[in-house]
Amino acid sequence: MISLKNIEKVYRTTNIETLALNNISLNIAKGEFLSIMGPSGCGKSTLLNIMGLLDAPSKGQIEIAEQTTEKLSDKQLARFRNQKLGFIFQSYHLINDLQVLDNVELPLLYRDASARERRQLASEALEKVGLSNRMKHFPTQLSGGQRQRVAIARAIVGKPEIILADEPTGNLDSAMGNEIMEILINLNQKDSTTIVMVTHDENMAQKTHRLVRLFDGSQVL
Amino acid sequence: MLKNYFKIAIAVLRRRKFFTFISLFGISFTLTILMVATAFIDKIINDDYPDKKRDRSLYINKIEQDGKESMNSSSVSYYFLDHYVRSMKTPVKLAVSSNYSTTNTYVNNHKIDINFKYTNADYWDILEYKFLEGKAISSQQIDNAERVTVISEDIKRAYFGEQAGPVVGKYLEADNVKYRVCGVVKNIPITAYMLYADIYLPYTVSKINLKDDKSYLGEFSGIILAKTKADVPKMQKEFDLIIPKLPMPSKEFNVIHSHADSYLDAYVRSGNEKKSGMTYAIIALSLFALFVMLLPTLNLVNINITRIMERSSEIGVRKAFGASSQTLVYQFIIENLILTFLGGIIGIVLSLIAMYFINDAKFIANLELRLNFTVLLYALFICVFFGLFSGVYPAWRMSKLNVVTALKA
Repeated sequence: MISLKNIEKVYRTTNIETLALNNISLNIAKGEFLSIMGPSGCGKSTLLNIMGLLDAPSKGQIEIAEQTTEKLSDKQLARFRNQKLGFIFQSYHLINDLQVLDNVELPLLYRDASARERRQLASEALEKVGLSNRMKHFPTQLSGGQRQRVAIARAIVGKPEIILADEPTGNLDSAMGNEIMEILINLNQKDSTTIVMVTHDENMAQKTHRLVRLFDGSQVL
Repeated sequence: MLKNYFKIAIAVLRRRKFFTFISLFGISFTLTILMVATAFIDKIINDDYPDKKRDRSLYINKIEQDGKESMNSSSVSYYFLDHYVRSMKTPVKLAVSSNYSTTNTYVNNHKIDINFKYTNADYWDILEYKFLEGKAISSQQIDNAERVTVISEDIKRAYFGEQAGPVVGKYLEADNVKYRVCGVVKNIPITAYMLYADIYLPYTVSKINLKDDKSYLGEFSGIILAKTKADVPKMQKEFDLIIPKLPMPSKEFNVIHSHADSYLDAYVRSGNEKKSGMTYAIIALSLFALFVMLLPTLNLVNINITRIMERSSEIGVRKAFGASSQTLVYQFIIENLILTFLGGIIGIVLSLIAMYFINDAKFIANLELRLNFTVLLYALFICVFFGLFSGVYPAWRMSKLNVVTALKA
């Protein structure tokens, strides 16, 4: 489903060159739930961003859903992300000015979907995460766990083949973290969604199919 | 999609109330100034009282004599109109009137300024003044040099009193001469300077013998009327052919310029051929509009950049979930247009209030400013101008934000 070959990411400023990822090659199969661990600054999020086509590697090739991505234009990249990928962020990144339902609808705004269809799909996604009673609330009226569930609903509303989660339980207590993890495992098992999750939490990582460890930008496991 | 943009736009406006106030104030205040100015110009250009036959008429109000070392320019003379323009074949009528001059008179020891204008008989045929009482000066009265006058309703009130009944047949004294009132007409504002006067007199009662003065430059202007609208270009061409054939008044000059213009061209003609009135009027108005609009636009650009950068996380999320840079540019421009249209609505309300006070205060007598379709159309144009120009640059800058950087912010 995701194939990374010899990925390298270098950040350059006028004087300093930092190697964030060094020669990473990774294959993730369809329906796999993979976790990435490593100390802060080891390049986990950078790797996830590269997989999510939010950032470009300095070297190497990426193939996602049997498509090479390096020559895609801004418009094609946007369309590709919209169709194939869903994102969950540690700090939720919900739009506080919009109601929960509008937040969940967001990915569908960039598709040819009617308003009624969008409402329908967004309601279904919220139902899946157990928040159908909070549709008209604003994000600021919800708890951290509820917000992350809204973010998951937003990530799955477009039925993407891949979900990329950057420390989805990082801001939550263990009970809420477990709850979120249950939802992700459920998604992976029931819908065969491929999930790549960056985490600091060994317990959470143990629940996934495979664990990849990074250290100073290199893969150590 | 639009509904979503609208929701976000309103939410953002409500979130930062002070910024919203500054933006809306800038837009609506500028719009008010421009709309009052537009209403003023519209009144001058498009109000066709009393020259309702404007589409069949051409106006001759300036003549210029050029030589190597000297240049003379002024209104045309009675002789020029009577001798050369009257000989034209295309016009069916020629209205001749002098520029208005001011004299004064006393009523109950109270001084009144009176602007008077000499006219010929065709003047009253071409122009359709609304008579509140009486009638126009007849051609016979003009031929007989009768001391009769048509007066405006304002001067009727000032001279004969607020409560005066019909005044036709009564006498009005101006410049130590008594004139019998033969008609009272609806007022026109002084801005219609080619037609405005307080009292209109037969040109034959003028103290100057107009027929003796053979110079081209004088104190008059003419309106020539074509039989049909289609004849106007022909009439203009015929006039243009007369000018090069005019005998030079002296060796000092080698070229003469004069034009039979549309109302608007004549209105702004400066009398200096090298500085065409219309071009100068357009440049001056454009510079004014640009200056008035530039500052609030720059202010809006600045505010928009700050506002958009505050929303970098939203930009990152939208990009991550499939918005292209182009889509985001559209979104922010639409949001900005919503803001400017809100400002526009406030601006229209403020303009109505401003016009009410301007009309009420009578800064320019008889000039009634109104908000009409043309003015609203200009307002719409100004709103779109604000919305686009103040939105495009910030939207473009924002759309170039890197997703990862945007999400970290």
